This record gives sequence, C-alpha cells and structure tokens, in this order.
Amino acid sequence: MRAWEWARPVRPVRREVLSATPELEEGRPPLLFVPGYGHGAWVYAEHWLGHAAARGFPAYAVSLRGHGGSGPAPDATLRAYAHDVVQVAAGLPRQAVLVGHGAGALVVAHALARYPARAAVLVAPVLGGWATFGAAMRRNPFGTLPAVFGGGLRLHRRQLFSRELPEADARRYTGRLGRAARRAQWRLLTGAEPEPPVGRPPVLVLGSPDDLVVPPSALTGAARRYDSAPLLFPGMGHDLMLDARWQEPIDAILDWLDKGPARDDRP
Amino acid sequence: MPTPTEHHGRSEPETTPLARSRDGRPVSDRGDTVCVIGAGASGLTAVKNLAEHGFGVDCYERETGIGGAWNWRHDRSPVYASTHLISSRPFTQFPDFPMPDDWPDYPHHSQLLSYFERYADHFDLRRHIWFGTEVVRVEPVDDDRWDVTTRSTGGYGPERTSRYAAVVIANGHNWSPKLPRYEGLEQFRGEVMHASSYKDPAQLRGKRVLVVGAGNTGCDIAVEAAQQAARCWHSTRRGYWYAPKYVFGRPADQVNDTLLALRVPLRVRQWLYHRTLRLTVGDLTRFGLPRPDHRVYETHPIANSQLVYYVGHGAITPVPDVTRLHSHSVELTDGRQIDPEVVVFATGYLPRFDFLDAKILGDDEGVGRPRLWLNAFVPEHPTLAVTGLVQPDSGVFTLSHWQAVLFARLLRLRTTRPDRVTAFAARVRAGAGERYSGQVKDSTRHWFEVGHADYLRVLERALRDLEGK
Repeated sequence: MRAWEWARPVRPVRREVLSATPELEEGRPPLLFVPGYGHGAWVYAEHWLGHAAARGFPAYAVSLRGHGGSGPAPDATLRAYAHDVVQVAAGLPRQAVLVGHGAGALVVAHALARYPARAAVLVAPVLGGWATFGAAMRRNPFGTLPAVFGGGLRLHRRQLFSRELPEADARRYTGRLGRAARRAQWRLLTGAEPEPPVGRPPVLVLGSPDDLVVPPSALTGAARRYDSAPLLFPGMGHDLMLDARWQEPIDAILDWLDKGPARDDRP
Repeated sequence: MPTPTEHHGRSEPETTPLARSRDGRPVSDRGDTVCVIGAGASGLTAVKNLAEHGFGVDCYERETGIGGAWNWRHDRSPVYASTHLISSRPFTQFPDFPMPDDWPDYPHHSQLLSYFERYADHFDLRRHIWFGTEVVRVEPVDDDRWDVTTRSTGGYGPERTSRYAAVVIANGHNWSPKLPRYEGLEQFRGEVMHASSYKDPAQLRGKRVLVVGAGNTGCDIAVEAAQQAARCWHSTRRGYWYAPKYVFGRPADQVNDTLLALRVPLRVRQWLYHRTLRLTVGDLTRFGLPRPDHRVYETHPIANSQLVYYVGHGAITPVPDVTRLHSHSVELTDGRQIDPEVVVFATGYLPRFDFLDAKILGDDEGVGRPRLWLNAFVPEHPTLAVTGLVQPDSGVFTLSHWQAVLFARLLRLRTTRPDRVTAFAARVRAGAGERYSGQVKDSTRHWFEVGHADYLRVLERALRDLEGK
C-alpha cells in the first residue's frame, strides 16, 4: 500500500527529453538514459544517443527536474526524480531499458520498483551510503562538505574524466554541470534501500576501477545487489559517456542487450 | 484474411488422441498456458502480469478491440459521450504504468481508452489476444486444469476446446443491466431505458426526463438532463452524501487518502468528512434532498460537484422512490404523480458468468454473487481466479493489477514451493466471503464493495506470506 503515492502524487513538470532514433525500425527495445545529479540529458547527446541509434536502438535521455532543460524544481525529492524517469519510460512506445549513471543509477533503482523495465544498466552507480560519502570526502572535501549542509555538490574535473580527455573538453563539460535539489542530495546519505525491481529485469553494472567518485568496492557491492559482477573499463573517469574512450562502455551495453539477457526467473 | 494462427505467429497446438473433453470432443492441450477471459482493463493487466511471470497466455475477447467497458464502441460498454473518471488519476492508473502527469485529474473516457491502447502496445500484449472470440464454457478437468470452449462472437463457425493450466476470469461486472421491477412498467407509454443504453445527451434534449438511481452514473445523467432536458426529476430511494470532486483545491479522494496515510481512525475520518461536507456542500435538506440515513463510508461514495448546483438552480427536482407506473405518468412514494417522457434507470449492473457452473464460484443460489477470498480466489479451485470483481472507493485497475500479480506468483510457486501454495489454499478456504469495507448498506450495489486501503493491505500481506517474508 503506497499511501503517499495516492495522497500526494508528484507534481507535473516540463521535462526535457533528447532522442536519437534509428533510420529503420528494427524492433529493438528503446533505451532511456538517466543522467546523474548535476548532469542533464546533454551528457548522453554528446556521443551515446547517436551511437546507440546507429546500432539500431531508439535512444532517449531525460533531464531530471531541475536539471538541463527541464523545469526548475529546487524542492525535488528522490521520489520526484524516479517519477520523472517512470513517466518518460511509460511514454515510450515499447517497454524500455533504463540506463542510469552516477546518482542517476539510484534514481533508476527506485524507478525499477515502479516500472517493469525490460532491462537495466547501472553505469558507475552512486547508490549512496556512508562509504561513498567517505570516499568523496577524502578525494574532494571542499566540493563534498557543502552538500551535507544543503549546498551544491561540486565535482572536480579530475574526478570525472581521465587525463586522455582534452583539457578544453573537460572544462567545457564541467562548466555545464548544475546541481541536484537539496532533499534529493541528502537521500544519498540517509536513503532507504529501494524496493526490489518489478518484473525481475536483468541488470548490468559497469564502471571503472579508476573512477575517483565510485570506489571499486561500491561497484562490486552494487553488482552483488543484483547478483552479478561489474564490467570494468580501466583508465576511465566517472563520466564514462563523456570521457575520451566513451565508445567502449556503450558498445558493451549494446552487445549485452543484443545477446538478449534473460529475465531473472527464480521464484 | 490472416488466420488466427498466422496472426499470432505461433503454431497450431497439436491435438493428441488422449486429450478429450468430458463429452468426448477433441481438446487442444495448451500445456502451461493460462487462459484469460476478457481484454478489458482487468484482463489486460492479467495478461501482462502472467506474461511477465513467464507464462504463455491466451486471452479471449468477444469484441474486436481492447478496453472492455471503457471502449465505447463495444456493445456492452456502459460509458456515454461525456463520461469522466470519478476517481482521480493516481487512484485509477496501473501502479507500474502511470498515466501522463500532465493529464487532467479526472480524465475523459477516450483518454482512458488511449491509455489502455498504450499499455497494450507498450507491453506487447495484443499478440496474446484472440479478438472476436467468446468463451462458451469453462469446465474443470483433472489436475486442476480447465477446458475452455470458445467460438467466434456471433456464434458462427465451430466451437473449439482448449485445455489450460489455469483460468483468469476478467469478463467485467458492469455490463449486464439490473432492471427494477415496478408495477405498471409494461403499460408505460413513454421511453424506458437502462443507463447502459444512454450514450449521448441528445437522447434527452428537450424532453421531460426521470432519472432513477443515485449511483455515480445516475447523478451524472441527472446533471446532463439538467442541462439538456426540458425537465429533470431525480428519484432516489434514500438520502446520500454528495461529495464534491474537489476539496481545498485538490481531488477529494487524494485529500481523503492523506488521512488514510496518516492512519486516522474511521470515526475521526467520518467526523472530518461530515464537517467538510457541511462547510462545502452544506445542508442538503434545504434543497429538498432527503437527509442521509447513514454515515459517510457506509455506502459507495458519490463524487459529483454539479448535482447540488443544478438542484439549487431548479434544473433537477429531487423526488423519492417510484411506486408504480401508469400509461402516461409515474407515481411516487409520497403520492405525487409526475409525467416524464423518458425514464432512465440508472440502477446498476449484476455480474454474469454464463460460461461457468455458478457453484464453482461458490454462488450456490445462482444469483451472481460469488463467494471468494479477496474477491478473486476460489476455494477448492486453486488455478481459477476472478479479477476486477470489486467495487472499490477508488479505481479498480490498481486492485486488478495486484490480484493478477498475486495469482501469477501463486501459479509460479505451484511447482517450486507446494507448501506455500497449500497454506495459501487454506487461507482462501478460511477467508472466502471476507469483506474489506467496514459496515456498508446491505444491497446488491455493495456486494463487491471494498475499501481500497484495507483491501490492498490484505493483498500485500498475502503476497508477503506467499514469498515467505
């Protein structure tokens, strides 16, 4: 009984959805990319949307409320973010694959309890908890601490990208970053576990052992939650979709989907 | 024209000489496939959830489209041109496929149909549905399996019998009109119709209309008659609480559920509800409406903001129950005689399961009131379920969804965890006929009445027990 879903539905907001669709419809499932906190749909529009469409997958990316081109929402909660994802997913013509990056993976994990996705991919997932907070504090105390008191989380470009990415690109990308709503940010520290996914979709977890935001132990932990092991891309930063070698992870995701991962049929 | 086999892209099932029905007809054995009867809202969610749990599904739909009652092109659809939902969006939508949040709070029936069309396409459900096929008979056979006999709608072509591992009945309960018996009804020279045949306000335009019944449909038709007809009488047997669709600028059901979420006790909620109605709608007896003889929550809620408004404008004349009809007039219990040209009986519907022996559903008297647990599960028949046979104080579809999920999980566990299935069966037997609505008036209108919060809590508990949590 989800009492508050009935009593206090999430308010509608204008949502930015960017898309790239294949020239020929090949019957592949649509992909819905969910950016992490501070990121907008644009991070996927740089490389991944076009690449997925070129390989025959209709690809969409949503900006969570308060991010990118979506409507402002300073008081947004994690529930509102998950609502945004479910709304866009349910609006797609066919059952979608949800791909969440960073804290967007946490949003996806919550959305999976509300929408039976065909499959889910968690890219460098930030699922919250004190271990992630400890790692962030060690690496970037001045960017992390203000977030505890309701300020914005500021990530350094060295946390986000490898040294292979040209400096100018890295500056340009970090310059476009925004911030998540205070209440949603706090959920990274205090958040309850998401409910189990509905429809038992297969879940792939991938990331980089050299990610300076998500420690390898967190990656393994996330993968274990879904009974798998993480797929690793050494030498890449946290923002895999913008980094110099962006093509490797997206190809891995699409290959995994092409293989038709099986639903989890255990009772 | 494609044959059904081509259309569904699967091979015709083999008929083995061993598979014979009770009267010796050949039977197609469909193995572990589950049969769903009806592709309305409850049928669709059953198809979706069974397929999601890995079952093959054959769904039989007598019409050529989905949507059941909500597809107003269907013979049996009770919706009329201006039907809007009476429960707001979060109360109506499937919990795992929300309606667009920029839709109005109370969408129009055409939006609801488009929602079902999208649901069916999104989850690729149409490939499971055999359109234009009606179910003639459902009979239990050995090993808790079922022989389902079908034929094309209209009765032409041969009958076919297929054997299924389980059956979900989702044939709806708002299509077979319940018509009252009044003395002199046959002599009445005006037009008599049941609300199920009311489709458009043009049917009432410029006429003197009597609307009988204070269900949500009766009230809606009375409001339409107030705007279109020359005269409108609204006959009700007792006084009702007419709740507005909005209070404090928000859908009234959402405000009510805020109290439910806070676990406010029933008595307090009733007191608050009475106070709110007093402040918003006011004293209804001033308008000539009878005083309710019951507290709120004791009859099915009526959500209508306009009825009182039009009564206040003199466009609706509230009248008591009908005693008898004469050739050109109608006599009321207070002795008055009125002279309507059209009488609309908005007197509700009764469920019908013509294809099944009534005793199987525990309806020993054959009156159309099955005896089930959670209004869905059948004692002694673990592989049979009825979905959507509820009259909740909310939308039906969320409830149908969870009924279907519970049934799908139950079927899944039959091979892997028979112990849990046995415990569930005992629960079904012990709980058959349980109510989830508090105290309600005893009438056919409240046979299937459930409070959505109470009902879903019991269903949630059943799901947890089944999963051993």
